[in-house]
Amino acid sequence: LALRRAAAQQTLSQDDLLRFDPLGQVTLLHVTDVHAQLRPLYFREPSVNLGVGAVAGDPPHITGRDFLARYDIPADSPECYALTSVDFTALARTYGRVGGLDRLATLVNAIRAERPDQTLFLDGGDTWQGSYTSLQTNGADMIRAFNALKTDAMTAHWEFTYGEARVRAAVEGELDFPFLCGNVIDATWEEPVFESTQMFERGGVAVAVIGQAFPYTPIANPRHLIPEWSFGIRPEMVQEHVDNARANGAEVVVLLSHNGFDVDRKLASLVNGIDVILTGHTHDALPREVTVGKTLLIASGSHGKFLSRLDLEVKDGRVTDYRYRLIPVFSDVITPDPEMAKVITEVRAPYEAECTRVLGQTDDLLYRRGNFNGSFDDLICQALLAERDAEIALSPGFRWGATLLPGQDITVDDVYSMTSITYPNAYRQPMTGAMLKTVLEDVADNLFNTDPFYQQGGDMVRVGGMGYAIDIHKPMGERISDLTLLATGDPIDPAREYIVAGWASVNEGTEGPPIYDIVSQYIERQGTVSVPENTAITIKA
Amino acid sequence: MATIRPRVKAPKKAAAGEIIEIKTLINHDMESGQRKDKDGNPIPRQIIHKFTAEFNGTEFFSVDLAPAISANPYLSFNAKVDESGEFTFRWFDDDGSVYEDTKSIEVT
Amino acid sequence: AVVAGLTVIPGLANADEAAVTEAIKGMVGDVPDESGVALDLPEIAENGNTVPLSFTVDAPMGEDLYVKDVMVMADGNPSPDVAVFHFTPMSGVAAGSTRMRLAGTQNVVAVARLSDGTALMGSKQVKVTIGGCGG
Ligand SMILES: [Mn+2]
Ligand SMILES: [Mn+2]
Repeated sequence: LALRRAAAQQTLSQDDLLRFDPLGQVTLLHVTDVHAQLRPLYFREPSVNLGVGAVAGDPPHITGRDFLARYDIPADSPECYALTSVDFTALARTYGRVGGLDRLATLVNAIRAERPDQTLFLDGGDTWQGSYTSLQTNGADMIRAFNALKTDAMTAHWEFTYGEARVRAAVEGELDFPFLCGNVIDATWEEPVFESTQMFERGGVAVAVIGQAFPYTPIANPRHLIPEWSFGIRPEMVQEHVDNARANGAEVVVLLSHNGFDVDRKLASLVNGIDVILTGHTHDALPREVTVGKTLLIASGSHGKFLSRLDLEVKDGRVTDYRYRLIPVFSDVITPDPEMAKVITEVRAPYEAECTRVLGQTDDLLYRRGNFNGSFDDLICQALLAERDAEIALSPGFRWGATLLPGQDITVDDVYSMTSITYPNAYRQPMTGAMLKTVLEDVADNLFNTDPFYQQGGDMVRVGGMGYAIDIHKPMGERISDLTLLATGDPIDPAREYIVAGWASVNEGTEGPPIYDIVSQYIERQGTVSVPENTAITIKA
Repeated sequence: MATIRPRVKAPKKAAAGEIIEIKTLINHDMESGQRKDKDGNPIPRQIIHKFTAEFNGTEFFSVDLAPAISANPYLSFNAKVDESGEFTFRWFDDDGSVYEDTKSIEVT
Repeated sequence: AVVAGLTVIPGLANADEAAVTEAIKGMVGDVPDESGVALDLPEIAENGNTVPLSFTVDAPMGEDLYVKDVMVMADGNPSPDVAVFHFTPMSGVAAGSTRMRLAGTQNVVAVARLSDGTALMGSKQVKVTIGGCGG
C-alpha cells in the first residue's frame, strides 16, 4: 500500500497543481463552502445528485462513472478521486487527504507571486461554521485564517447562524475585507444592511465584485437568529447592482454568489451584464465552466478541497478570452505554508486535546453527501433512535462534513464536522404519520421543484426507523409513498402518533440535549460503529 | 397595545418635478378578527383600515387595508413634487381613532 | 430539516380562486390578461405573517390617462382581500409596497384599473414552507 501510494504521488506534484498558462490581465481565485475545515480531510463527492426539469442530466447533476465519461477523466486518476465517489476508499488510500488552509495558502501565495497585482482571492461563504473550534470561537478562528489569506471579499450563509450581533461585530471589527451581501435588506424599512459591491483594480482593469448571500437563510436556518434581516434572490436588485457597477466603470463584473448552482444558472439568464458567477452553497465541483449566454459559471466544490483559478483577458472594457482550472488541493503533495500552519496551530491550541480525543472507530466509510442518505447521517439516526428512545429519527440533509475511511478513528473533531451548529438541540416529540409525510413532501419540494428559484439547496431529510419511496418527478404532495415503520414492517398510519427524535429545528425554544453530545455518547458506547447499506428508500423511475 | 406612533421616511429636499419615495410604518396589532382567545371566544377585529396621504391639503394617494395586512402595517409609495410644502399622512383605526404625521419638503 | 413544534402546515392553502375571480369581475368587468403589472414577491416566504409585496404598473401617470386603483388579493387566505391602492397623477408612478399575511402556499394577484377603464394584471405564487435544510 505504501508503495502504491508513493508511486501515485510521484505522478503528482505541487508544480503540477499550479501549472497554468497565464492569460490576460486578471486572475480570479475562488474557494467556497470551506465549512471551517482548517486541516486536511477526506471528502467523498456524492454518488446521487439528481436534477429535475430542464437541468436533468446536466452538470452538476451527474455523478460517478457518468461524470468521468462526461469530462473524459480516466478511472483511478487523481481527478477521478477528487471529483467523484468512484472507488473512493481505495483512491483515498492512494492519493491521501485533501484541503487544509495551510496547503491552500501555499497555492494562493504562489499564484499571487506569479500574478502580482492581478489576482483577486474571493470566498463564497459558509466559511465560519462546521467545526468544533469555529463553534467555540463563533467563527473567530476562520476569520483569522481568512484575514491571513489576504482575502479580497466574501459573501455568506451559515455565518448568519451566529446571529445578527455577532455578524455585525465581525464585519465591523474583525474582518480585514468586505462582507458583500447585496440581497440582504432590513425587515423594517427594506433598506440595504451590507455593502453590495466592491470595486478593485487588477492588472489595470476595473473589476466589480457583487456579493449575493444565500437567499433562503431565514428559511433554511432559524429566522429568530436574524430577525431584522430579510434575504431573497431579488434578480431586479442584482441587475441594479450590475448596472451601477458598469456605470461606475467596471470592465469586469463578478457575482460572488451563495445562491446554489441551479439558482445561479437561472439568475444568469435573467440578469444582463454579469461576466462571471462564482457560485457556491450546493457544493458542486465542476472541472469546467458552464456558460449561460456570455456569463461563466464556476463551481469550486467545498471543504477547501479545490481552488478555482480563472484568468480573464479584457479588451475595450469587456472580457474577450478566459482560461479556467479547478485545482484539487491534494494535501500530501503540497508544502504547507508555514505562516498559515502557525495560525492553525494557534487557533486550535486551546481545544486541541478535546478535538483529537478518540471516541471510537468505524468499520465502514462514513460520508454525508447524496440526495437521499449518507452513512454518517445513518449513524446520527442510529444515535437518535438509541439515545433518545425514539421510533423514528429525522436528520437534516446538510451537505457539509468530512468523510471517514473504514478503520479510521472517530474523534470529537469528526463528530463536530457533521453536527456543529448553533441550534443543536435534539428534540423528542410525537408526530402523526400524516405529519411525517407532510415533512418529507415539503423537503422533497425544496429539492426537486422544477423551478430552481423554489429550491433551497439542501439534500433530502435523512430518516431512521422509517422507509419510503420517492418519485422526484411528481408534483408537491405526490412524491412520497409507501411509508413504512422498519421495526415492524407495517405501513405508517397517518392517524397514529409516533415518537420522533430529530435535530436542527429552526423553531425558537426547541429543547433537548445537543446533537454532538448524543452522537459522541453513542459512538463511545458502541466502541466500533458499523453502518449497513441503507435500503429503506426506494427511488421510483 | 403600546402607544401608537406613526413613522415616516421622506426626503427633506427634492428637485421640482422629481418623483420621491415615501415609506411609512405604524405600530398596530392589526387584529384580524380570525383569532380566538384562550377561552375560545373570537377576538374582535381591530385594524387600521385606511391610510391617506395629502400634499398641501390635496389627497393624492390612499390605501384601503384588509385584515390580511401584517401587524405594524408598512406602506411605501411615491409622489411627484412640483413645489415646496407639507405632507399630511393619516391612519384610520376601526375604533375611530385617527393617527396623523406630517413632513415638510423643500423643492428647489 | 425538520421541526419541533411545527406551526405551519405547508401545501396549497384552501385556494378560493372563485372569490378572486368574482372580485376582479366586480372591479373591471372581466379578468384581464396577465400583463402590465410587475409584482415583486418572494418565491418562498421567510415568514407567512409578514410577506413583503411590491408592485409597479407599467402605465402613464398623466392628467389624461393614469392608474386609478390597484387591488391586491390572495386566493388562499380566509378572505381574498389584501389592499386597494388609490393613485392620482401626483403619485408620479403607480407603485407601492406593503407586507401581508399568507395562510399557506397560494397565489397573489394585483389588478390595476386605469382612468379610461383599461385593466392590467400580474400574479405570482408564494410558497410557504417548513424550511430547515441547507448546503
Ligand atoms: Mn450554504
Ligand atoms: Mn455550504
